[in-house]
Amino acid sequence: MAEATYPDDLRYHDQHDWVRLDGDEHAVFGITWYAQDSLGEVVFYDPPEVGATVDKDSSYAEVESVKAVSDVIAPMSGEVVEVNEALAEAPERINEDPYGEGWLVRVRLTAPGEAEGLLDAGEYRKLLEKG
Amino acid sequence: MDDLRRTPLYEKHVELGAKVVPFAGWEMPVSYEGILEEHMAVRTHAGMFDVSHMGEVEVEGPGALRFLQLALSNDVAKVQIGGAQYSCLCAEDGGVLDDLFAYRLGGDRYLLVTNSANHEADLAWLGRWSRGEDVAVRDVADRYAMLAVQGPHARAIAAATLGVDLPPRMRVAAVRIGGRPALACGTGYTGEDGVELLIDPEVAPAVWAELLDAGVVPCGLGARDTLRLEACFHLHGQDLTPERNPIEAGLGWCCAEGTGFIGSESIARVRAAGPREKLAPFKIEGDGIPRQGNPVLAAEEEVGVVSSGTFSPSLEIGIGMAYLRPDLAEPGTEVEIDVRGKRRPARVASKPLYGT
Repeated sequence: MAEATYPDDLRYHDQHDWVRLDGDEHAVFGITWYAQDSLGEVVFYDPPEVGATVDKDSSYAEVESVKAVSDVIAPMSGEVVEVNEALAEAPERINEDPYGEGWLVRVRLTAPGEAEGLLDAGEYRKLLEKG
Repeated sequence: MDDLRRTPLYEKHVELGAKVVPFAGWEMPVSYEGILEEHMAVRTHAGMFDVSHMGEVEVEGPGALRFLQLALSNDVAKVQIGGAQYSCLCAEDGGVLDDLFAYRLGGDRYLLVTNSANHEADLAWLGRWSRGEDVAVRDVADRYAMLAVQGPHARAIAAATLGVDLPPRMRVAAVRIGGRPALACGTGYTGEDGVELLIDPEVAPAVWAELLDAGVVPCGLGARDTLRLEACFHLHGQDLTPERNPIEAGLGWCCAEGTGFIGSESIARVRAAGPREKLAPFKIEGDGIPRQGNPVLAAEEEVGVVSSGTFSPSLEIGIGMAYLRPDLAEPGTEVEIDVRGKRRPARVASKPLYGT
């Protein structure tokens, strides 16, 4: 995806992660267009185990490009119920489709209220503009 | 960012939408369309790199050979006019201050191409040791833009596009490029055939544009690093440092201690006694990408450190070079790399990691 996009239906964490809420209890996490663009071509995704606990603001996975490795920060707390297995063979999907096929984990939320503290697309864009 | 320098091709990089990063005091393109694509372009077709940040030093005078025999590790007397030779620049203790190519342009005229991060220090070092010698050491970095055109088709495309006869491997020729005097060198840092062109900075943008139109793929420093590491070429600052000597680094072949160069006595001692560590290439077996500084383990013991590591676009695995206990530096030896707390099995390999 060559052009920067930040869908309005997502919530954002300032460490460049997105959340797609799915009802009150579940959410899907991924990294933003900005994150994948900064990293360059992703060649390796090291996912957490299903059942692992993720804590808001802490690292739960690694994505690695040719040049650099980056921790992926959990935008909310919960338990991993599914990881995107397809990324093992095709990590480049994180670059090609960061909000779709490049999703990272699906989580059962333990503190759904944390969503209130996240940014909306407009606020996240402003954060990026400030640099 | 104010005091970063820009090469004559900076505007070209911006036009192409390159990702530009600070590197050794310069704003340099790390990639254009993507490191993987650029890497493969060099392996299968032809790519070009703006390496104008590299430094050039001219050494000229009746005492040029005598001086270079003192300053450089290799036997410079073996270089014919129009020849090229790789050398280390060593300190008295044998530590590697820089690694460079020396090109013999005339009977008593040589050009050294330095790493940009070391250029100023090299100049000061060479200046200091040239006192009392019948030789002039000149900084001529501003006189040249440098383009590396590399890949199996690089030489043919560059020759046809620029209308020049290019010298064979390890040779240098005075040519005209863009209507101005230039040097064409049969050298590179990718493990592929190709040339490095030292051209007039004023014509560099036009030359770049011509090669681009001829289908040469612009490549950034990202691909330059993956290509050189697959070929097991050293990067000064990582695989070579003032704390390491050339014998440890596997560069004994470019040290001719008989010439009495600076550091030769220390290096002769290390060669005789055997180095305490040896640089060896390795491949990760399975997942994981090694990075500079990762510890290397064998039988639960720390036995070395990764000096360079990356993802190999050609092999699609993690590769690197590591300083290892000498008994472990043999191809086939199994080790583990501690990649951010995860033990990744790896095997010591022979050079090069990719290609022949």
